[in-house]
Amino acid sequence: MEKILLRNIDAPDSRTLAVYRARGGYRALEKVLSEMTPERLIDEIKASGLRGRGGAGFPTGMKWGFVPKDSPKPKYVVCNADESEPGTFKDRLLIEKDPHAIIEGTIISAYAIRSHTAFVYIRGELVFGASVLERAIEEAAAAGFLGKNILNSGYDCDLILHRGAGAYICGEETGLLSSLEGGKGWPKVKPPFPATHGLFGCPTVVNNVETLASLPWIVNEGAARYVAIGTEKSKGTKLFSVSGHIKRPGVYEVDMGYPFKKFLEEDCGGVANGKKLKGVIPGGASMPVLRADELDGVTMDYESFQAAGTLLGSGGVIVMDETTCMVRAAWNIARFFAHESCGQCSPCREGCHWMEKIFQRIEQGEGKPGDLDLILSVSGNIMGNTICPFGDAAAMPAAAFIKKFRAEFDRHIAEKRCTVSAGQ
Amino acid sequence: MALEFSQASLKRFDEIVGRYPKKEAAMLPVLYLAQKEFGYLGAEAIEYVAGIMGVPAARVYGVVTFYTMLNMKPIGRHHIQVCRTLPCALAGAERITAAIKAKLGIQVGETTPDGKFTLSEVECLASCGTAPMIQVNDEYYENLNEQRVGEILDKLK
Repeated sequence: MEKILLRNIDAPDSRTLAVYRARGGYRALEKVLSEMTPERLIDEIKASGLRGRGGAGFPTGMKWGFVPKDSPKPKYVVCNADESEPGTFKDRLLIEKDPHAIIEGTIISAYAIRSHTAFVYIRGELVFGASVLERAIEEAAAAGFLGKNILNSGYDCDLILHRGAGAYICGEETGLLSSLEGGKGWPKVKPPFPATHGLFGCPTVVNNVETLASLPWIVNEGAARYVAIGTEKSKGTKLFSVSGHIKRPGVYEVDMGYPFKKFLEEDCGGVANGKKLKGVIPGGASMPVLRADELDGVTMDYESFQAAGTLLGSGGVIVMDETTCMVRAAWNIARFFAHESCGQCSPCREGCHWMEKIFQRIEQGEGKPGDLDLILSVSGNIMGNTICPFGDAAAMPAAAFIKKFRAEFDRHIAEKRCTVSAGQ
Repeated sequence: MALEFSQASLKRFDEIVGRYPKKEAAMLPVLYLAQKEFGYLGAEAIEYVAGIMGVPAARVYGVVTFYTMLNMKPIGRHHIQVCRTLPCALAGAERITAAIKAKLGIQVGETTPDGKFTLSEVECLASCGTAPMIQVNDEYYENLNEQRVGEILDKLK
């Protein structure tokens, strides 16, 4: 498998401009500025089939295409580096090891929509990552890849690094924009979409780190080479972050369509300590869990994960072995969403805490008959009833844990204790 | 005397505001600057930031209370944050928390009487492949066990 996103990370000093350039860095930007109109660039990315890697999987070229060309307002591009989905740490690796690929991708994205001001919104906790990006932005500006008249093309673009301050919801694009406007990270009702009414009411594109880091390769090698990788609806490569009870955790770059079981057993070395697999969350904590017996024939792409009843999401693969108490795991995730709900929509604000309390009492041996149906009812009343996808992200895993491991939940309630015991 | 920025921070404030297309976008970096200078963001600091940002104090209060990294109360010199979310929990985060509690003699949410350590549990810090982990102020410490976390605490002055 060819490495597109991780092509540079093992090179010594990969984060420096000198090494990035020696490995072909900023050639794509030169090509775009000297040979391609924004329209041609958008067409090329549409042809590549690249879909947003933040979780939603929306086609990148199409997203750019929604930005009005003739708007008198300024236009903005934001690189979403607010990586906070539990189980996901791929963007952090790119930020720390290959910041120039992200910067080059961000300038390319800005050029595509004729924006002259771009931001990187990085989560506040990633202090080291922010310092790496800051240094890289300074290097890129000093070398003429940012600022006025980039590479004598007449095109101007500034890039501003902005640190969040600890809030999962700011990874949601409209929550991010509210935060960047100086307020609470409250998501906004869509429509209108950011493409027409984004940052300060101006046309804005928000792209994930991994999406942007894919762009230089696609521009250099051409859309045709990118579409040759992957499946019919999932093109190119995808980063998967692997954690939990797995022998070799870490970030892996995989051709879309790669067999999931083979990936876990061979590439990642299988379940740690010779234990058996019990369940795996394939796309970050927001996504429905799969039981071990549901993995046959599943491949790592948007359509196969969906057919299996879950979603690719951010590619955060959380592996749980046979000693894992699923009640405890479900409570942990419910607690996460209760903590992170922004409090704007009542189904989510009330429902997330309600689900967490019920999972907690079941886990602590105080569960009642009917508790599981109550959680399913609360979850069902959150689904689709909030202004942003957070509600669904909280509701889906809660329902999936119960549906997939109902017998274990029933036993935990009946016996008023854990019968699996993992000591998590 | 009411709180106000030092000359150096005022200069920094102007630089920060100058970076953004609109002043209000500078709210988070300005609050970071204020937190660094004043130690925490209490009522006086919030009033001061509202004044220099030209917004109502209620708006600043809303922002400060929304984000976990902005503190309304003083915290210890070393803020120990244990990630408790699923991947870290599967790797034994609770044992790390228990070891820190035992060593420092404080519960989660408390500060040692000498003001040296504050212990918090936090949600996912994007370090799931190197779990369990803690963040102390700006630093990540990964691939921990009880012994290593004890050694890390011993080294903090």
